[in-house]
Amino acid sequence: MNKKNSDGLTADDLAKSEMVRLLSIVGRERNTDAFEAVFRFYAPRIRNFMAVKTRDRQAAEELMQETMTAVWNKAGQFDPARGNVSAWIYTIARNVRIDAYRRKRPEFDVNDPAFVADDVVPADQEFQQLQEAQLLRGAMATLPEEQLDVLRRAFFDEASHSTIARDLGVPLGTVKSRIRLAFEKLRSSLEGRL
Amino acid sequence: MSVKHHISDDFLIDYASGSLSEGWSLAVASHLALCPECRRRLSAMEGAAGALLDKAGDSLNEDEAWARFKSRAIDVRVDEVKTAIAAPGSTAVLPEPLRSYLGGDLADLKWRALGRGAYQILIDTKDTETQVRLLRIPAGKPVPEHTHVGRELTLVLAGSFRDGDDLFARGDIEEADGDLLHTPTATEGEDCICLAVTEAPLKFSSWIVRMMQPILKI
Repeated sequence: MNKKNSDGLTADDLAKSEMVRLLSIVGRERNTDAFEAVFRFYAPRIRNFMAVKTRDRQAAEELMQETMTAVWNKAGQFDPARGNVSAWIYTIARNVRIDAYRRKRPEFDVNDPAFVADDVVPADQEFQQLQEAQLLRGAMATLPEEQLDVLRRAFFDEASHSTIARDLGVPLGTVKSRIRLAFEKLRSSLEGRL
Repeated sequence: MSVKHHISDDFLIDYASGSLSEGWSLAVASHLALCPECRRRLSAMEGAAGALLDKAGDSLNEDEAWARFKSRAIDVRVDEVKTAIAAPGSTAVLPEPLRSYLGGDLADLKWRALGRGAYQILIDTKDTETQVRLLRIPAGKPVPEHTHVGRELTLVLAGSFRDGDDLFARGDIEEADGDLLHTPTATEGEDCICLAVTEAPLKFSSWIVRMMQPILKI
């Protein structure tokens, strides 16, 4: 596990670049075999993600199927230069869950004339995104369990900071500082690349 | 000019996770439209969530789930990529998603007078947790009626305001707490237009408080 090869890539990293490749094939060619590999990897993870909030196996299964349908339908919109596969699939699962609870989450629109584009355009975006995803995973592995736990509760349970504080029996300020420390670490690991 | 005052991790992580209610999300998303730096922070958070998702399970036998997926979903449809790219040369002051909530850009708005030269437009959302409005503060004047309970987000869209030593200009977002005494004042020279989101006043309890005030002499 996580043995580095000569390029400094772990088995995880190689699996991730493979996911980018597979999803790009799905987007271009609607290739069922390529999608099957994506499905088999993400289905159990998304089912677990959904089960945290629904607490119902069957509902979680339905929401997973719905998410994977959206991934299949939107694969052509996945831009390898703009994100890693897990982050992209997470956002789709999140949006399926928001719709299921009939809530609204307004979003910005990159084609809006008032939208302020990022003027930092890296030479090889796709390579850079892979590298960023790799740095992020590396940094996540170094976070203390108490910080990871708070992130998991925020992203998976959609728990508010005060709910997290109550469930863990710690002051609200402690929850906020764990979140802040975690993201400071993640951000500095990404900036370390530059 | 780049944005100087950014959204906090507290709000951003709730926006990233989808738990932030619609009113707050409108302010955060409109700030993100104007702030590439915060969009990079959002991506990092979504990347962290993706990394947690990877660790959220082991590969199981998915034959059954895959068979179900194939039988019903795979031929459904392919989502069209939305190519609503703005006409070349078109401009807008108010960013999306805010512009759609208001039904138009600055020139199309119907303002309501608040008194002392200030105007507002109430913005309707489905959430009962927040009160959302667009404010127009005359140059050089303080923001009116400035009492609020709980949190407040103010996003500057045109002009600027000062709060203490801090200057807030287009794209800047100010986060305030109910216990923070502050008196934002529009900068001279140009009216300040900003989106203000506050925790919805608890009408019933404040009505009780008003009734009780003369009795309790508070």
